[in-house]
Amino acid sequence: MIDDIELLKIIEKDPRITPADIAVQLGAAAEEVEAEIDRLKEEKILLGYTAEINWSKSYPEKVTALIEVRITPQRDRGFDNIAKILSKYDKVTDCYLMSGAFDLLLIYNDDSLKNIAEFVYNKVATSEGVLSTATHFILKKYKSNGIFFEDETTDDRQAIVL
Amino acid sequence: MIDLNSKISKSVASVPPSAIRKFFDLASEMKGVISLSIGEPDFVTPWSIREAGINSLVDGYTHYSPNAGYTNAKKAIVNYINRRYGIEYEHNGECLITVGGSEGLDLAARALINPGDEVIIVEPCFVAYKATVLFAHGVPVTISTRQEDDFKLKAEDLEAAITDKTKYLIMGYPGNPTGAVMTMEDLAPIRDVLMKHPEIIVISDELYCELNYVSDELSSLARFPELKDRVVMINGFSKSYAMTGFRIGYVLGPKELIAPMTKIHQYCIMSAPSMSQFAVVEAAMNCDDQVKAMRDEYNHRRRVIIKGLNDAGLECFTPSGAFYAFPSIKNTGLTSEEFCERFLMEKKVAIVPGSAFGECGKDNVRISYAASMENIKTAMERLAEFTADLKKGK
Repeated sequence: MIDDIELLKIIEKDPRITPADIAVQLGAAAEEVEAEIDRLKEEKILLGYTAEINWSKSYPEKVTALIEVRITPQRDRGFDNIAKILSKYDKVTDCYLMSGAFDLLLIYNDDSLKNIAEFVYNKVATSEGVLSTATHFILKKYKSNGIFFEDETTDDRQAIVL
Repeated sequence: MIDLNSKISKSVASVPPSAIRKFFDLASEMKGVISLSIGEPDFVTPWSIREAGINSLVDGYTHYSPNAGYTNAKKAIVNYINRRYGIEYEHNGECLITVGGSEGLDLAARALINPGDEVIIVEPCFVAYKATVLFAHGVPVTISTRQEDDFKLKAEDLEAAITDKTKYLIMGYPGNPTGAVMTMEDLAPIRDVLMKHPEIIVISDELYCELNYVSDELSSLARFPELKDRVVMINGFSKSYAMTGFRIGYVLGPKELIAPMTKIHQYCIMSAPSMSQFAVVEAAMNCDDQVKAMRDEYNHRRRVIIKGLNDAGLECFTPSGAFYAFPSIKNTGLTSEEFCERFLMEKKVAIVPGSAFGECGKDNVRISYAASMENIKTAMERLAEFTADLKKGK
């Protein structure tokens, strides 16, 4: 019997890992792991695999903004409708419903501050139900999805310890 | 000209320098070596534990602590032991905070041994057991555990080793270098033997207690109420909490035994590092999740290692604890020293000859999986190449 959470944690840590390697780590059969992964995909638990990239090194023009959006919830649909609409823009990578002073948080990536500004005042601010926005730009990433961006930890333990 | 060598105490001179010193130097000097020879976690100490240590410095706790340790640290430890083992100790008098588990081994030897007293040591084992006994003018009596018994101590072997000179039995489970675990069921016959010999003290080294991959239940001879009054548990945070550099451990046991150990500690050490004691409070109270995350990762690596050993054609009992595998290399025709030296020179992977841990380890090697998964995989590929080369007679 495979522990789903253990399986998902392994994949989260190394999305490129093969079912055969997962099987060894879990002490299970490869076919069993494959079947479980299929099931997790079918049930929309395992949704996809992403890479963590330090874009500031290869593509320094790229700008990431966090856009806070305050909205008026719609009758019967609450926040979902407008959240789904704003999520449809390709350059919106993340969209969350938040507690606190605002309602939606969008993470948006583009080539320039100007493009982001245009997106905010042309698309977001003018959407029906949007009351106000506040845009914050990411200046530097230190850690994302558990990965350090400038970590240079080396294994400096003694070669042999009894 | 003074012969300084002749001035060295006989008990110290009698302990040979580590047999693998040459091998150690060789591995340290070579470039590009993958080391699976390290007996300490590769994880950095969880941040909240480090932060607790830092905060103690910020708050000015830079002085000696009480000899046996700060009250809050001792309370955190006895509460932790009660929570995990279900054993009750009083923080005052039954708990001494030491500089690592190793200090506990030394204190036990010096507090208990009169010259000529015998100490039963269950091998293969951590290298300090025998040395601390010899330094204290004791006589080590070793029991060889066997691979076919999963390196568990057998009651009949214990019975055979006991004489009227036996002062104490020392054993470490989960074990370094074998990864063997003894469950309460396995320990019951040992208890029965000890009940027949009510004069014998038990020193139980349980540094790896949290690194048990087959059971959440922690086992210890101290859990038998009829034995608890003569068991000294040596434990610590180094292995389970990745805190080796903090140098912090503890001993728990009856007041009558903890008091003389505290006396030695008081004169020779004064007190364990204050900063580390603050870190321990955080570790013992709030870090179960981090320990579990490390244990899960070790467990994944353990399975990768076992498969690697099987693929390389080495016979290995399945280790249940610690972070070591201890496969037999007997079928290669090499001694464990030869095997390790050639593996290092030819494939650039460092592992430790089993002979370092006692005569009965001479047909085995210790492979540590306190290393990154990437290094473990590469090392296992090289091991398969190496054993294939040996078969071909290269």
